[in-house]
Amino acid sequence: MSTRTLEWIVERMLFLCALLSVLTTAGIIGVLALETFEFLREVPVWDFLTGTEWTPLFSNRQFGVLPLIVGTVLVSSIAMVVALPMGLLAAVYLSEYAPDGVRRVVKPVLEILAGVPTVVYGYFALTFVTPLLQQVLPTLSGFNALSPGLVMGLMIMPLVSSLSEDAMQAVPRGLREGSYALGATRMQTALKVVVPAAFSGITAAFILAVSRAIGETMIVAIAAGQQPRLTGNPFVPIETMTAYIVQVSLGDTPQGTIEYRTIFAVGMLLFLMTFGLNLISTWLRERFREEYV
Amino acid sequence: MRKQADLLFHAVSLAALVIALVALAVLVFDIVADGGSRLSWQFLTNIASRHPEEAGVYHALMGSIWVILLTGALALPIGVAAAVYLEEYGTRSRLARFIELNIANLAAVPSIIYGLLGLGLFVRFLGMGQSVMAGASTLALLALPVVILSTREALRTVPSTIREGSYALGATKWQTIWNQVLPMALPGILTGLILSLSRAIGETAPLIAIGALTYIPFAPDGIWSKFTVLPIQIFNWVSRPQPEFKVNAAAGILVLLVLLVSMNAVAIVVRDRFQRRGRA
Repeated sequence: MSTRTLEWIVERMLFLCALLSVLTTAGIIGVLALETFEFLREVPVWDFLTGTEWTPLFSNRQFGVLPLIVGTVLVSSIAMVVALPMGLLAAVYLSEYAPDGVRRVVKPVLEILAGVPTVVYGYFALTFVTPLLQQVLPTLSGFNALSPGLVMGLMIMPLVSSLSEDAMQAVPRGLREGSYALGATRMQTALKVVVPAAFSGITAAFILAVSRAIGETMIVAIAAGQQPRLTGNPFVPIETMTAYIVQVSLGDTPQGTIEYRTIFAVGMLLFLMTFGLNLISTWLRERFREEYV
Repeated sequence: MRKQADLLFHAVSLAALVIALVALAVLVFDIVADGGSRLSWQFLTNIASRHPEEAGVYHALMGSIWVILLTGALALPIGVAAAVYLEEYGTRSRLARFIELNIANLAAVPSIIYGLLGLGLFVRFLGMGQSVMAGASTLALLALPVVILSTREALRTVPSTIREGSYALGATKWQTIWNQVLPMALPGILTGLILSLSRAIGETAPLIAIGALTYIPFAPDGIWSKFTVLPIQIFNWVSRPQPEFKVNAAAGILVLLVLLVSMNAVAIVVRDRFQRRGRA
């Protein structure tokens, strides 16, 4: 075989491997769409999206997905109340206050926090945080949205802090120095110059954090319960979209039944929500990269 | 007044960081306190059992090792090939740009969605069943974006003079990449691979979605064997009401964390060697 032919073959094969990522996306959409389509032939899409009762595994089957969505939003909101302010403050500290030595030690530790398997956080939420909270809040149920929400916030906080800090580090020194020259303190510089200048990068980090929270599975599957319930009460058992998929996967639901298809319909909804958020986040990050180059 | 506000803000932002670090310490301490006493040689060599005090993690540990080795074997060649294409061949094309954007988005797709893909594609359509192969294929797709991104970074650290020197000696593009660029980038590539595998080994949700069973009282004996993994075994124990099983879960978590820490240690050693060689 001539060298030129070999070069040609190699390049085509490398290209195919790169294309695999596009095929993965296509595969995800294909698999989800196929089963969702079958599902929607039996359940009208309007009933699915606006129904307030989700009981596909009971004899009186209802396919209203709202309780799962509300459960997901509830837990994610609690997680964001923890992760966004804590992550942003930690990023401000690391970017504007911390000496180099501290930063070198703290950043790998934050990476550890982000790298702990989620099943471990689930254990922590169920066996440590919930009993601890119950001492202060006696009405708190053993399964609830509050405890997994708080723990999920802790898990996502390093993501927010690391991406926000990257955005702040990209703000040119000159802007800070200009601010200091006008007599501003570090706090004034951080809040009025650096954070606004890094705004789109920080927003991108926040959106990615929301997407991560919506898709997080094991913490809620372990500690939030399995009771789809249309409620904003964080003290009672609920069920999220992801936890429902786990619940059905653990059972022995036969393939081809409508119960089996529900997990793909719920998965499709989850995919669309997170994919939309990811696209917005990528777009924002691209924009902020261009700002100072 | 301004100075005091600054001091207060300094303290508050530092507090955010300290709270996170303390929480991590509490988490580790809690798990050691719960499961430390349960760890023993017997726990590592026994298989799942209905009696909590006789149960062990041997089958799950072996399952995790099988799955993760196969995941690495699948993700490494494909990921490196994709990264080489994007970094060395197609950097300027529109299509390459689209593929890049796609990889960035895939990296943020929830892992349980990959599980549904694996269920539809590998388990059902390709007929792999709930085998080690189906699990590893699913995790390989999940790990690919990270492997590709870290390989590209490693390729970027190879100076362009190396490539030019190779071309000057008459080597073709592929000869240059295979003989010069890839060997130089190898430690960086391996570090990225190990880190992405250490994330994959803790994954629970996608393997539950493809139907990896929670009660498999044997270690896999091949890639077509049924399997369970450590995180699923931990999840199974956490979900049981008896407190004795919770103790087992904590001990299982310790085994998982030791595995994770060793993988990260290997990655750090590889990276250090690379940096030292770069300086020489």
